[in-house]
Amino acid sequence: MLSLAAVSAGYGSFRALFEVSLEVPRGEAVGVIGPNGAGKTTLMRVISGLVPLSGGTMTFDGRPVGDLPAHRIVEQGIAHVPENRRLFPRLTVEDNLRIGAFIPQARRRFAERLDRVFALFPRLKERRYQLAGTLSGGEQQMCAIGRALMSGPKLLLMDEPSAGLAPLMVDQVFELVHRIRADGLTVLIVEQNVRHVLDVVDRAYLLEVGSIKLGGTSAELKGNDFIRKSYMGL
Amino acid sequence: MDIYLVEAIVNGVLLGGVLALLALGLNLIFGVIDVVWIAYADVVMCGMYALYWLYVGLGWPLWLACVIAIVGLAGFGALIHLLIIEPILKTAPINQLLATGGLLFFLQSFATLLFGTDFRNIGVRLPIIEIGDVYISYARLLAFAIALIGAIALYVFLRRTFIGTAIRAIAQDRDIIGLMGADQRRIYLITSMIGGALAGLAACLLALQYDVHPFIGNTFGPLIFMICVLGGLGNMIGGFVAAFVISQIIAIGGYYSITELSYVLAFTLFIVLMFLRPRGILSR
Repeated sequence: MLSLAAVSAGYGSFRALFEVSLEVPRGEAVGVIGPNGAGKTTLMRVISGLVPLSGGTMTFDGRPVGDLPAHRIVEQGIAHVPENRRLFPRLTVEDNLRIGAFIPQARRRFAERLDRVFALFPRLKERRYQLAGTLSGGEQQMCAIGRALMSGPKLLLMDEPSAGLAPLMVDQVFELVHRIRADGLTVLIVEQNVRHVLDVVDRAYLLEVGSIKLGGTSAELKGNDFIRKSYMGL
Repeated sequence: MDIYLVEAIVNGVLLGGVLALLALGLNLIFGVIDVVWIAYADVVMCGMYALYWLYVGLGWPLWLACVIAIVGLAGFGALIHLLIIEPILKTAPINQLLATGGLLFFLQSFATLLFGTDFRNIGVRLPIIEIGDVYISYARLLAFAIALIGAIALYVFLRRTFIGTAIRAIAQDRDIIGLMGADQRRIYLITSMIGGALAGLAACLLALQYDVHPFIGNTFGPLIFMICVLGGLGNMIGGFVAAFVISQIIAIGGYYSITELSYVLAFTLFIVLMFLRPRGILSR
């Protein structure tokens, strides 16, 4: 569904990604793991069009999307839950969800999708008219995921969804990934919480200093000595 | 109570309406695009001339001339953004101040070239209303009512529509607005058009009460900036409240002394309030 071939990117003269190739097949959940500063967030920002490609190609559903700006990427069916959630703090929960449905095809189905997000996160319905900045960390993560779902994406990008959350909330977030997948969504998830993420994804890639070092099914990676030693502390 | 004092207070409220409308426009542009249109009052001046030219010069009906002036200034707002702001949006803020400051002199000179320095009036004479012993200018009452309707319409637009929500959102986090599927350039352009349209509406309301001349922007431009800063730059509700505070000071000050002194009083109070609440009277 999403395919990156030899993608390079960076900021100014600084290169953060070096010829990254990866595949996200339809209906699967794919993880990208790696240490801080490996370029995981940059990879997500490249896919969603916030950072331009300096080399390589990117296709989505067979169409080239490497040159599209961020707002056009959303129209293609890719939604991005950014690092640190990035809600609009002085907008209400409902307004945050409304802005998630900004693209024309989503506006028409706003009421229906709002009901679905509220069914998925009853807590958000209770907090509907509250400013997003006053929510707890876990509620903010729900709101950020709900906001991304409002555009009706085919592929959901999640950047460190467990960061800064209490352990109980972390479990809930990963449980949520299961539920989202059950709805037929494809998921690409970037995480430092390697053990957790390998339990929910079908396959994963290891990104280190801007390059893909390893890739395989989650069972393969769980059994890999290097991963076990360096990232799972076993 | 002295009826002249009542009159002063009423006139202060009525003046506040139009000032609040102008403060809304300036605050909207600043809050969303992070740019101050130094020439905002002179854009209003252009609108007044447009109305004068269409209504007096070409003899169009007043309502049509008003509509065209408002639509025209919305287009002018878009042009200002595309030609002046966008090319220097990512450079140091001082450049944007200098560029829109340059626009101020350009517009004043251009208006002088086209219309000369004569004071011109659109010549619409509206009656004076008498309530008890208090006389109220119908033009001011109308201007106040329409300004209020304009402000409410803007509020509803920002609250209830997808574009309005995006305009409020982009003011809080401009980097990720693209992830919501909204084109930042387009939102900025729409915001500039709304800012221009508000200037156009204010121009129509001011033309009912004042003569137009190339330098009329100098008389109320500083007032609008003072109101915006007093309310907290970019804080639309703060600016709305500040407009009425300032217009009351001017009106009541004018009652107890002379109008010129009331402006001195308003600016002095502004300086004092800036020391007490440097981020605006409604700052949190």
